[in-house]
Amino acid sequence: MSVMALAKALGITLRHFFSKPVTIPYPDAPVPLKPRFHGRHVLTRHPDGLEKCIGCSLCAAACPAYAIYVEPAENDPENPVSPGERYAKVYEINMLRCIFCGNCEEACPTGAIVLGYEFELADYRYADFVYTKADLLVDTVGSKPQRREAERLGKPVKLGFQVPYVREALEGVKYE
Amino acid sequence: MTFLIVAIKALVLIGVLLGVTAYITWVMRRGLARFQVRYGPNRVGPFGLLQPLADAIKMMFKESIEVVTADRLVYWLAPVIAFTFALAAFAAIPLGQGGWVVANLDMGVLYVFAASELAVYGIFLAGWASGSKYPLLGGMRSVAALIGYELALGLALLGPVMVVGSLNLQDIVEWQRQNGWLIWWQLPAFLVYFIAALAEMSRTPFDFAEAEQELVGGFHTEYTGMAFGVFFMAELLHWITGSALMATIFLGGWAAPFGLPEVPVLWFFLKWALFIFLVLWIWASWFRTRYDQMMRFAWGVLFPVAVVWFLVTAYFVSKGGTL
Repeated sequence: MSVMALAKALGITLRHFFSKPVTIPYPDAPVPLKPRFHGRHVLTRHPDGLEKCIGCSLCAAACPAYAIYVEPAENDPENPVSPGERYAKVYEINMLRCIFCGNCEEACPTGAIVLGYEFELADYRYADFVYTKADLLVDTVGSKPQRREAERLGKPVKLGFQVPYVREALEGVKYE
Repeated sequence: MTFLIVAIKALVLIGVLLGVTAYITWVMRRGLARFQVRYGPNRVGPFGLLQPLADAIKMMFKESIEVVTADRLVYWLAPVIAFTFALAAFAAIPLGQGGWVVANLDMGVLYVFAASELAVYGIFLAGWASGSKYPLLGGMRSVAALIGYELALGLALLGPVMVVGSLNLQDIVEWQRQNGWLIWWQLPAFLVYFIAALAEMSRTPFDFAEAEQELVGGFHTEYTGMAFGVFFMAELLHWITGSALMATIFLGGWAAPFGLPEVPVLWFFLKWALFIFLVLWIWASWFRTRYDQMMRFAWGVLFPVAVVWFLVTAYFVSKGGTL
């Protein structure tokens, strides 16, 4: 009977009334992300500290949005930056062009470029969206605007997400 | 002197009602949000408690846009009518024993009815005078609803009134203090009245005069700024007054239940809050009916039930019982 259906509807809503809201109050609480989330890229290093990137530009070739620019240079044998013959002298990703598809990660023969979890990239000027090597290497935590803000306030960078675990490809990446 | 006292009481009541109206928006938004497993507004002040203030400021500083084809006089009169009568309806409802009422009218029930029905005029005058399609449809639906629910609404209250033998709301409360809540004596009357009252407050399932999804807001589509705000407040006042009236007539009003100590306003407030929650709960749970379905239901079910119950009550009252 339809009266029963109405009563059932009341029951359902009342049960939800006393349940915890599913909303994540985002800037106050971190967003739970899945380990395979596609966020800002990270340029990883080998355990010995050498950069994995060998400057082959395959990521730039694979990029459907033409967001990546790589300029390779010969390694100095005495003091190499990467284990190969060459390394990336310039490595830039335009975050405004990037569609976070992960093709660069798939194309990379050494697993150097990996998509991390950071997504809070909003900034004011176009030029600031071009992330250089310094912004992408593993030791850097936080996006450009986040680090700028942290520096201004003199506080550590506050990341707005949490992951159950950091996936293996993101070697050496630590999010605190 | 009595005039002065009544005037002061009326001013206090208006102030309280406006405050309650402002905060009922908070209750409504937070409450509906919780029913929908959300948080609702929680950014302005602790628990979002300053949200009504922010809303009011926003509303006041918005531009009032008038439609060229509108009937100017009626267009601006409509929100005034809707608001004034919605506010006035509360005057006869007692909040406590003796002096806790602005106007202790012998025709209390009738007065509350008359005032809140007059407020509906504001709605369809607004629909008519806006000079636009959607408000006209909304106004028309509100008239259709009025034709539907009004008879059942009035007839349902005849039962309690006959049993008590008075239209005075203080007498009704006093009777219930001695004989128990009228909801036990008059359950069918209560059910009919409650359903009809939902239509009178234009709340779900009978909120088709507004119907955001179909009519862009119905009768108040062409109103902006404070004119819209006034309509909004009038609607909330219907909800407040309707709940207060039901609490007074069927749940014993300000009288303390179960032999608990009498505290002015407290018991009334709790019973009132119960109905506020009930309406909110239904609002969050049910669909919106079509207005023709509502009319069919009102005339085909509510009205006959109300008439039969009226005759049954009349029979027992004439035999000297109370039913």
